[in-house]
Amino acid sequence: MRLTPKSATLLALVVLIALAPVFFPSGFYYRVGALIFVNALAVTGIVILTGWAGQISLGHAGFAGIGAYACALAPVHWGIHPALAILLGAAISAVLAWLVGRPILRLKGYYLAVASLGMGILISMVLNNERWLTRGPDGIDVPELGLRDVLKDAGLSLTNGQFWYFLCGIVLVIGAWLALNLHDSATGRALRALHGSEVAARTVGMDVARLKLQAFVISAVYASVSGSLLALQNKFITPDVAGFMHSVEMVTMAVLGGVGSVAGAIFGAAVLTLLPQVLTVFAEYEQLVLGLVMVLVMIFLREGVVPSILRKIRGSGE
Amino acid sequence: MSELLQFLLSGVTVGAVYALVALGFTIIYNASDVVNFAQGEFVMLGGMITVMAYTAGAPLPLAALAAVVATAAIGVAMNKLAIEPARGAPVVSLVIITIGASIFIRGAAQLVFGKQIHTFPAFSGDDPIRILGATILPQSLWVIAGSVAVFIGLWLFFTRTLLGRAVLATSNNRLAAQLVGINTPFVMTLSFAMSAGIGALSGVLVTPITMTSYDVGLAFALKGFAAAMLGGMGNPKGALVGGFTLGVLEGLTAGYISSQYKDAAAFIVILAVLFFMPQGLFGRKSTDRV
Amino acid sequence: MNLLSIEGLGISFGGIKAVNNVSFGVKPGEIVSVIGPNGAGKTTLFNMISGVYLPGAGKVILNGEDVTAMSPHLLARRGMCRTFQNLQVFQSMTVLENTIAGYHLQESGSVLADILNLPSSRRRAKAAEAGARDLLRRVGLERAAEREAGSLSYGSLKRLEIARAMALNPKVLLLDEPAAGCNAVETEEIDHLIAEIAASGVAILLVEHDMKLVMRISNHIVVLDHGEKIAEGDPASVSQNPAVIAAYLGAENAAG
Repeated sequence: MRLTPKSATLLALVVLIALAPVFFPSGFYYRVGALIFVNALAVTGIVILTGWAGQISLGHAGFAGIGAYACALAPVHWGIHPALAILLGAAISAVLAWLVGRPILRLKGYYLAVASLGMGILISMVLNNERWLTRGPDGIDVPELGLRDVLKDAGLSLTNGQFWYFLCGIVLVIGAWLALNLHDSATGRALRALHGSEVAARTVGMDVARLKLQAFVISAVYASVSGSLLALQNKFITPDVAGFMHSVEMVTMAVLGGVGSVAGAIFGAAVLTLLPQVLTVFAEYEQLVLGLVMVLVMIFLREGVVPSILRKIRGSGE
Repeated sequence: MSELLQFLLSGVTVGAVYALVALGFTIIYNASDVVNFAQGEFVMLGGMITVMAYTAGAPLPLAALAAVVATAAIGVAMNKLAIEPARGAPVVSLVIITIGASIFIRGAAQLVFGKQIHTFPAFSGDDPIRILGATILPQSLWVIAGSVAVFIGLWLFFTRTLLGRAVLATSNNRLAAQLVGINTPFVMTLSFAMSAGIGALSGVLVTPITMTSYDVGLAFALKGFAAAMLGGMGNPKGALVGGFTLGVLEGLTAGYISSQYKDAAAFIVILAVLFFMPQGLFGRKSTDRV
Repeated sequence: MNLLSIEGLGISFGGIKAVNNVSFGVKPGEIVSVIGPNGAGKTTLFNMISGVYLPGAGKVILNGEDVTAMSPHLLARRGMCRTFQNLQVFQSMTVLENTIAGYHLQESGSVLADILNLPSSRRRAKAAEAGARDLLRRVGLERAAEREAGSLSYGSLKRLEIARAMALNPKVLLLDEPAAGCNAVETEEIDHLIAEIAASGVAILLVEHDMKLVMRISNHIVVLDHGEKIAEGDPASVSQNPAVIAAYLGAENAAG
């Protein structure tokens, strides 16, 4: 049986997640892996928004911030279970994305980039300034998810690193599966169509503003869940999660791997998450390298690393 | 009353800087349709290079001149190395490129200048001038005079010189400009040089008041952009009015609401403009051609 | 009974009247052509009818409803679809996907169903694909179905656009220079295709430069010059009309 691109991507992802631990020199790498999956999840949302619908957001970290602080605050203040707090954060992010996106996405061009940037910075400003609620720039503790203990009682004993590695891995596989479903559906096709020609998309009956809004809301939910998972596994979160640099990182990861492809998103997230871990001197040069990667990829590999390589392979294969 | 005047005066001072940044945006936007997110880095470079030259022993006016020239050169380099190779790329790519360039410049500035906060002496001393019970620094007058002078200079350039008209023609119709023999790559180079130079100048003027560090660029870019949007993207008059309006709004927010949230004024303005009047105060509507 | 009525449509750009007070109608199954020298305002007229430009004056009536200045996606819902003079295909999608995109109104359901890949979503996608393959066969592109649309020849792209428009099952079809840039064989294919669509009861409005094609297939011709309607009638009477001949000769002299 021939594999569709969708099942090939998912299969490769599952195999990678399952087999990678065999090569881990130490438990530390479970943590790095989990971090990659969390980033990849957010970047998958960017692929839907930027790669398919052709819209840029420079404020997606704001949604990650909402997801993260929902998990930090809701359990303490309202007694909501952290797992439900993930959903609460996602719901708030979705509503906010809808409110901000609805007027903006009727406009053409770079407006979403600017509006989302403003929105993201407002969110991070609130997180930094409302100390009575968020404890400000120093950050805040996040309650334990508690699932690991449940598994332990059920006879499955995992280290903290292993638990988060597999949990984030599973969530990423689900996220990728949903995104790939969307890609081949009427909605996904319409998103890619309006990216190609908005006028033609309208002509065949596509409600362009509504479709873009759907993409924006969906990608906001991805970012929010990613932020929640980050907060829960670190058991601590600072407003940096909502900062502008985090938004730029998401876009850079997507662009590096290939903003049109889910596999590319995961690759981009892996590279840019690993790099600072591998090169400890990298911290000094982080901004320099991020900026350079963005410019060079946009000029020389406009489709991103993964699609460019795939095209080469296919080109030589035929 | 004197309190209100005080807030207005400080608002007008920062507003003058935002107007300059917005003018810089406008020049590049008109010449190339590129929204240059690196505009704020030019402001940072203007202040930083002046600091460096001044501490190295150069007299302040010379240091300031060096900063403007060097930043203009960096602007030209950015156009040649990052924008021109991507000509014809979709808006998404161009936005990512200018953000990449901005982060790159910031990263480089962090390596070269370090993370400390810097400043240099004000041009005409620090003795505040009293007006009706409020005070204003002499440096603020420099900032306001600088932005008005730049605006008048630009206006004369675009309306009275052949070169200025060539730039305008290019912004109206690139192909037609090429056909009548205008050297459009040169126009692009010139636009980036002017825009970066103006950004640097605003950095030079404002640093004695606000001080500077490697990471101040983003805030200036955003506020300059908010000002440009408020005035109507691509309209120099709008940039000027938008800049001063935003500055005053910010001054009033800081004075009457919360100084922590004074920066929020700009973003609320951006969102409000986009929600209610996407063309801005002086903008014009555009139609697609199919 | 006209399916599509244009009543006194006009628009100005920068004080110049690009189209002024143009009226005519199209009945079901009828092919009406709009002709005129370059710059006569034909494409502008099309852009107003199809909701791309806001008309400065006049009305567009579709099936008895005033649809003036209505957004194109709402016009599509009411049965109007168009093709473009300078081609607007979805370049990076396959030929098949381009055609399926034409089924958007029938295919699209809830986003949630799409994300979860529910049976309802799969069923809709399957039906749209079957319809699209059928259409591609009709326009002779079935063998290019899996190719990226950007790699097709000009003539094939023109047919792809027509296929995509037909997917909407429109009552009114606006074709903007469907034969421009096509060779003789391709033109003839398109000629047959248009006649076939009209025969199924679709009202067709056509802008075309190829006079032979226009004279061969039109039931009715509207002639524009400098944005104004200078003549209309059946092909024979229009081709004899002195004002039409003068407009074309004048244009030709100016061009030479």
